[in-house]
Amino acid sequence: MIVLEHVQKHFGAFQALFDINLSVRAGEKIVLCGPSGSGKSTLIRCINYLEQSEGRIIVGNVELSAGSKAVNAVRSDIGMVFQQFNLFPHLTVLQNCTLAPRRTRRLSKADAEAKARELLARVKIFDQADKYPAQLSGGQQQRVAIARALCLEPKVMLFDEPTSALDPEMVKEVLDTMVSLAEDGMTMICVTHEMGFARRIADRVIFMAQGRIVEEGPPAEFFGNPKHERTRKFLGEILPSSGTPIVPPTTPLK
Amino acid sequence: MNYKIDFTPVIEGFPSLLMGCLGTLGLALGGMVLAVIVGIGGVMLRDSRSRPLRWGVIGFVELIRNTPFLVQIYFIFFALPLAGVRLDPTPTAIIALGINGGAYAIEIIRGGVQSIGKGQVEAGLALGLRKGQVFRLIVLKPALRAIFPSLASQFILLTLTTSIAAAISAYELTSVAQRIESDTFKSFEVYGTITLLYLAMSWLLMNAFNLIRSRYLSYPVR
Ligand SMILES: Nc1ncnc2c1ncn2[C@@H]1O[C@H](COP(=O)(O)OP(=O)(O)O)[C@@H](O)[C@H]1O
Ligand SMILES: [Mg+2]
Repeated sequence: MIVLEHVQKHFGAFQALFDINLSVRAGEKIVLCGPSGSGKSTLIRCINYLEQSEGRIIVGNVELSAGSKAVNAVRSDIGMVFQQFNLFPHLTVLQNCTLAPRRTRRLSKADAEAKARELLARVKIFDQADKYPAQLSGGQQQRVAIARALCLEPKVMLFDEPTSALDPEMVKEVLDTMVSLAEDGMTMICVTHEMGFARRIADRVIFMAQGRIVEEGPPAEFFGNPKHERTRKFLGEILPSSGTPIVPPTTPLK
Repeated sequence: MNYKIDFTPVIEGFPSLLMGCLGTLGLALGGMVLAVIVGIGGVMLRDSRSRPLRWGVIGFVELIRNTPFLVQIYFIFFALPLAGVRLDPTPTAIIALGINGGAYAIEIIRGGVQSIGKGQVEAGLALGLRKGQVFRLIVLKPALRAIFPSLASQFILLTLTTSIAAAISAYELTSVAQRIESDTFKSFEVYGTITLLYLAMSWLLMNAFNLIRSRYLSYPVR
């Protein structure tokens, strides 16, 4: 579904990604975690070409060369959800959802709206279709952003810290939406520090630090028995120290 | 000084003064439409990938904003015919106003575009929209909303600048007033009256702009 081979990313002289190799099967759910600045956002932005990288990136069966015209087609097969929602403030919820399908898929207004309403119902935004983004709570906005991405029937969904900008009481509603998406078989790559979510839906958890993939494995293994010191330190920092003993006693807690 | 105030010529000439107002509004409207086109097109070219285009726009803006409007309008009216482009006063005035207003509009609109977060553009691109579509469908309206007050006052200024078109005898309020004044020598009454007429037109336009803003450019924000 997605293959990355020897992907590198430079911002000027600064190297943000080093030799990333990753292959994601259809239906697989990946959780990507790591300290701030480790290159998680950069990595998933490279997958839909919001950043130009070196190395090979294959999405579906398409490998794009730099500046290729097909980039828009590939992007509309990849849904992306941002930390800051990035809904379009001048469009209603419904218009946010129908804009791209009407332009890129050439759907009629009626078809696009029917599809949008169906997906808004799925993310439990029932009667807000005619409101503007600013009239919704953060959690509602993020669910609209998910519905907006789903309207293009993407083959993969990328999430970049979708709950980090939310008030705590709204995190759950967004995570629930993502869980139900996962249960429906969507291929997903999620940057998140919600480790409960990771444990529940991830097939693999990948830990990044300083632009490199340090460690990866199924959640039970990743949380239960992290191999690298760097990973243990990270988990110690983000998991609640009062929490359940998922983290082995040997793990240094902060 | 034994100037006698006498509004008779103004009263008699009032219908033609009102027609002059229509002429002024026509020039202003034509100029504004052209300025919006130049402004939005200029912003797109100004931020395009082509370096010559970018520099072309920068040069254009610098040239227009640092030279007198009267000279610009004379250039189009008197100098271009030597190159075979001969235009009547009214189209000349509209083009000059559109070019002049457009150069200012480029800078104003560009400020609005830059105030729109990168996240908006990226969200549009991530949905598979082309760059032009992102600009047109996602960036433009919030950008115009952000700078609308500046653009509106620039366009009021453009409306007042139409009076300079009297220099090439375009049909507008000031040239009508000049004709009445030179026939009757009632300078105080004539120019006093058109001062009020310009004021009324500015006020009218301000209201029209406010209407446009609330009708087309408003949406809830946090
Ligand atoms: N546009 C950019 N220009 C320069 N440096 C950048 C840019 N985007 C990200 N970086 C740098 O790349 C590194 C990785 O950033 P990022 O992928 O956002 O990290 P993460 O999402 O893991 O917090 C950081 O050091 C960041 O400063
Ligand atoms: Mg990030």
